[in-house]
Amino acid sequence: MKTAEELLAIIKAALPGAGVELVSNPSPSAQHSLLLGSSTAVAVASFLRDHDELALDYCSNATGVDWPGKEVTEKMKVTKLVEGVETVVEETVKRVEPGYLEAVYHLYSVKHAHREIAGPVVLRMRTANRTDQVQLPSLTPVWRSAEFQEREIFDLFGIVFTGHPDLRRILMWDEYEDHPMRRDYVDPDDYEYEPTPHDEVLKRAEAQKAGIRESGVTA
Amino acid sequence: MPVEPKSEPDLKIELGKQGVFVTTVSEIYNWGRKNSVWPMQFGLACCAIEMIATTMARYDLARFGAEVFRPSPRQADLMIISGTITKKMAPQVVRLYNQMAEPRYVIAMGACAISGGPFKQGYNVLKGIDRYIPVDVHIPGCPPRPEALIHAFMTLQAKIEAQPLTGSERPRHLDAEAQGLFPIPAQGAHDLEPPVNRLVWPLPAPLNAGENCG
Repeated sequence: MKTAEELLAIIKAALPGAGVELVSNPSPSAQHSLLLGSSTAVAVASFLRDHDELALDYCSNATGVDWPGKEVTEKMKVTKLVEGVETVVEETVKRVEPGYLEAVYHLYSVKHAHREIAGPVVLRMRTANRTDQVQLPSLTPVWRSAEFQEREIFDLFGIVFTGHPDLRRILMWDEYEDHPMRRDYVDPDDYEYEPTPHDEVLKRAEAQKAGIRESGVTA
Repeated sequence: MPVEPKSEPDLKIELGKQGVFVTTVSEIYNWGRKNSVWPMQFGLACCAIEMIATTMARYDLARFGAEVFRPSPRQADLMIISGTITKKMAPQVVRLYNQMAEPRYVIAMGACAISGGPFKQGYNVLKGIDRYIPVDVHIPGCPPRPEALIHAFMTLQAKIEAQPLTGSERPRHLDAEAQGLFPIPAQGAHDLEPPVNRLVWPLPAPLNAGENCG
């Protein structure tokens, strides 16, 4: 089995301009993955599946990850005029790193019978942002087993897979509008009866009860 | 020597010894009802496995007259809510309950059916079926053992036996005014609508007991 670096070299040699990057994993597992670009993802995926030596013909798992935008504070050294003298001043700069949604695919080779595999080959794709540009190319035409799992990602994370044969919600009902696995999801107020409320749940339970009493809907 | 009049059950035993059988209409009616409760064949999650075990030879629910699990709600009069009710499934559960003929009873089996259980804080699980339909017996457990289901069943039998045929406590099928249809929640954009039926699930007492809740 090839490492992610070797895979990247093979892809780059065969498909110049594939737009594939290595995402390294600094943890002891060192399970590095390949980040595919949206425009070339299907071509790269087909290449990995049809390559004689790699033959990654089985997508065992597809899942989503939500990376919300985060505020980063950086200390920067800026040259400034202080009382007529140029001095180097350290300034704290705050900027917001935009978030994105990510789809992750785990690949194995059934043809090579998983013989030397320590773990799956991991592919990633990232959306442009978390709000309006959430399209990614579907890999269902390449690996049919991704069909239901991409529907699940669409349902729970809200990634829209273009080229998916049947992109509908799979776990929640069709009329549902939220994407509950996103980190900023707030579940509906349904807390008025909690046997042991505490912290956030206690606050919400009290607020909801007060709201119900005000509206006069008591039994 | 005249026999001192004892309490009613003792008197019946005493009369029985003399070969006299005394009963009342409600007693014999309820005796028949409580020993021919037909549950609906319907399972939601892992509690259903325990429910199946309860009907099998080792625990043998048939001993209590409930061996016929009917696959149609029209022929059943006991609904055993055996498992997690997801918000996607809840409207169907309420609809099935509406389709059952009176008199009908509900046993909420297991932590999920009575409160949402381990999934209580989840976005997709109903926090107890008693938010939409009236429940006669709640059994805790995850899942409850077959003995617990049998105990719930016997509790239900005791409840049926004690039901008077007249007055405000009479069973719903003898009460022309009784509400028979329970509103089926709609699947809305964020949650079930309404999230709770206040007629069967009134707002519980406030957490601070001394406070005036208005």
